[in-house]
Amino acid sequence: MSDHTTHHTDSHDAHHGAHHKETFISKYVFSMDHKMIAKQYLITGIIMAVVGMVLSILFRIQLGWPDESFPFLEKLLGKWAQGGRIDPSFYMSMVTIHGTIMVFFVLTAGLSGTFSNLLIPLQVGARDMASPFINMLSYWLFFLSSVIMAWSLLIESGPASGGWTIYPPLSALPKAMPGSGLGMTLWLISMALFVASALMGGINYISTVLNMRTKGMSMTKMPLTIWAFLLTAILGVLSFPVLFAGVILLIFDRGFGTSFYLSDIFIGGEALPNHGGSPVLFQHLFWFLGHPEVYIIIMPALGISSEIIATNARKPIFGYRAMIISLIGIAFLSFIVWGHHMFVTGMNPFLGSVFMFTTLIIAVPSAVKTFNYLATLWRGNIQFTPAMLFAIGLVSLFITGGLTGIFLGNASLDINLHDTYFVVAHFHIVMGSAAMFGMFAGVYHWYPRLFGKMMDTRLGYFHFWLTFIAVYCVFFPMHFMGLDGVPRRYYSFTSFDFMKEWLAVNKFISIAAILGSLAQFIFLYNFFRSIFKGKKAPQNPWNSNTLEWTAPVEHMHGNWPGEIPHVYRWPYDYSKPGHDEDFIPQNVPLSQTMSSNLPGDYGTHHGAKGAH
Amino acid sequence: MNAENTIPSNTFNGQPKKFVTWLFVLSSLMCFAGLTSAYIVRKAEGNWKIFDLPQTFYYTTALIILSSITLHISLTNTKKGQVAKQKNFLILTILLGLGFLIGQYIAWKELVANGIFFSGNPAESFLYVISGFHAFHIIAGLLLLLYALAGTSSKINQTKNIFRMEISAIFWHFIDILWIYLFVFLLINR
Repeated sequence: MSDHTTHHTDSHDAHHGAHHKETFISKYVFSMDHKMIAKQYLITGIIMAVVGMVLSILFRIQLGWPDESFPFLEKLLGKWAQGGRIDPSFYMSMVTIHGTIMVFFVLTAGLSGTFSNLLIPLQVGARDMASPFINMLSYWLFFLSSVIMAWSLLIESGPASGGWTIYPPLSALPKAMPGSGLGMTLWLISMALFVASALMGGINYISTVLNMRTKGMSMTKMPLTIWAFLLTAILGVLSFPVLFAGVILLIFDRGFGTSFYLSDIFIGGEALPNHGGSPVLFQHLFWFLGHPEVYIIIMPALGISSEIIATNARKPIFGYRAMIISLIGIAFLSFIVWGHHMFVTGMNPFLGSVFMFTTLIIAVPSAVKTFNYLATLWRGNIQFTPAMLFAIGLVSLFITGGLTGIFLGNASLDINLHDTYFVVAHFHIVMGSAAMFGMFAGVYHWYPRLFGKMMDTRLGYFHFWLTFIAVYCVFFPMHFMGLDGVPRRYYSFTSFDFMKEWLAVNKFISIAAILGSLAQFIFLYNFFRSIFKGKKAPQNPWNSNTLEWTAPVEHMHGNWPGEIPHVYRWPYDYSKPGHDEDFIPQNVPLSQTMSSNLPGDYGTHHGAKGAH
Repeated sequence: MNAENTIPSNTFNGQPKKFVTWLFVLSSLMCFAGLTSAYIVRKAEGNWKIFDLPQTFYYTTALIILSSITLHISLTNTKKGQVAKQKNFLILTILLGLGFLIGQYIAWKELVANGIFFSGNPAESFLYVISGFHAFHIIAGLLLLLYALAGTSSKINQTKNIFRMEISAIFWHFIDILWIYLFVFLLINR
């Protein structure tokens, strides 16, 4: 394998220098350069995140003040908010599209798409992706799918409204509710394109990591970011096709009269011809993707924070191999736990206990990762950059949200907690906010690499603290609502007596959510202003060890002007005793660091074996 | 698939792209695994119609196995540099592939004649969806084979010629083995 890489490297050296004439279209629009594609993913992801956030604020207004009317809502939403009050079916649509956008478009494509594209070639030492063309196609399919999803918000009959999990029959019968018609069709088209995009991206990431590493970059010298992206991509390649299979059957049920998921249904007193289907079958197929999907969301964030925490604690990551093994463990387990979303579907209790067992085991690798983060921070020379704050914030949220996962993974407790605000609190903290924090951390940390500029640190601090406090104020109280049995997705808290006492809490949550969302404009201002007016970035602003900081600040095709740097050591030689600086980049040979070399460096330690 | 703007073509390295093909095979396999698992789960719930598979499936299975053999002969000849033989066996493979497709269509006709309909019991629908989705893969495979065939007439160099053939062969053998799996699966789980 290394033969191929060197071959490739050398051949390029002769070639470089003969720069291609790039037009505006080939440079900024249909770019095949992984760094430009990363930026395209990031900015599309940010725009979709703003859409998702605005939707959440709109339904938070409804939940906080269910009896009041807000004339501005009618101006904004027209017939969906007549008299200034949000229409119940549009409320359902907003919940659905908020979930879909955040899960898929922001935290899958926006997160993996941005950082896998940017970092995989730069950190493993490759000129570009295995197939730059497929990579470009992946972005444009994602873009098209985003446009269709956003467009579905504007159509006459309203967007899909059966929840982001699109359970049949609401999703299978166009007449079931307003959003089940054209809105659902557009949702399915958009997601079909999205799956194709995710597969193309994932296949490219895996092939690049496994085939195109530079000389010396053995698997156990790779930064943990790359490990996380690799395993994320593997999960995607294995699980998205199963969703695709489920959706094909759903499309046939919708339009071609089959009965995979439909049986004995009456609409308006009339029986439908469909007979013999099973709606639970869809749930199996959906959650076989759906559960790995939440790890597709969180694992890149975990990888990013590993890298940022080690760099900014100026210490080697604690338990490098344990980190890799626990990532592999999480990835493997994620495929055999989907049933915990279905404990209350009438599942055989024995099967339920099997799923409970596998689910609770995930706590082990997750805890290993958490303790390793804490041990890395322990007595470190911590640099509190905004990226570091967000990475530590991720650890905090991962612990808080992870603990409630142990409650929910229990098949008998779940009878009580299923579909309540406890679940909403759990996943918004452990995968929603935690992954979003990972994404923010990544943006602050690699912004100099993305745009060649620095973001404003002070604004970063404001952004972090306001967001961090808002997240806890919004989601923490929801646990107690859930324990009291308040169900999720309900339009109004005034229709049921037992929920009324939670109205004050809902007001508080809504106010916190609105303030938290305003804080995001600090980020948006900082992000877009710094592209044009930011301070020029130095070569290696965080004194980091990984290869991306050896590439020129000005982006170029092929990443490195000369030969691709070779790798001689693992990426976490921070504060190594005996060395005069507190970091030794991966491309510094052992022969130049005689004062700090340890006996193990030459032999088995850190997997140096694989280097030759 | 042109990374040629970064890699000069005389040292064309197909390894990462061949790997891409394998990964595509894997994801496609997962898709069928999803369909066949859904089949088993649904069947276990009862209310399942039992019927005979069309006879034609036996003939189409024979055709697709033959096509894999001819494609293998074509690839062996490609590596020996015998372009004429490569071309002939490649054309034969494509014809066998087309024969398979037509055969599947005849099999569907046979099903309809026997009163097995797409919108009937899920057992019936599943058969159409599984064989139909496989047929889509055959069409994709035929396009790949045509792409390789086009390569034999144009001026691409031998490295690329072999590369195109290998990519097509990986995919074609996959959909061949996939069909055998699906056929046996359907026979066992009626």
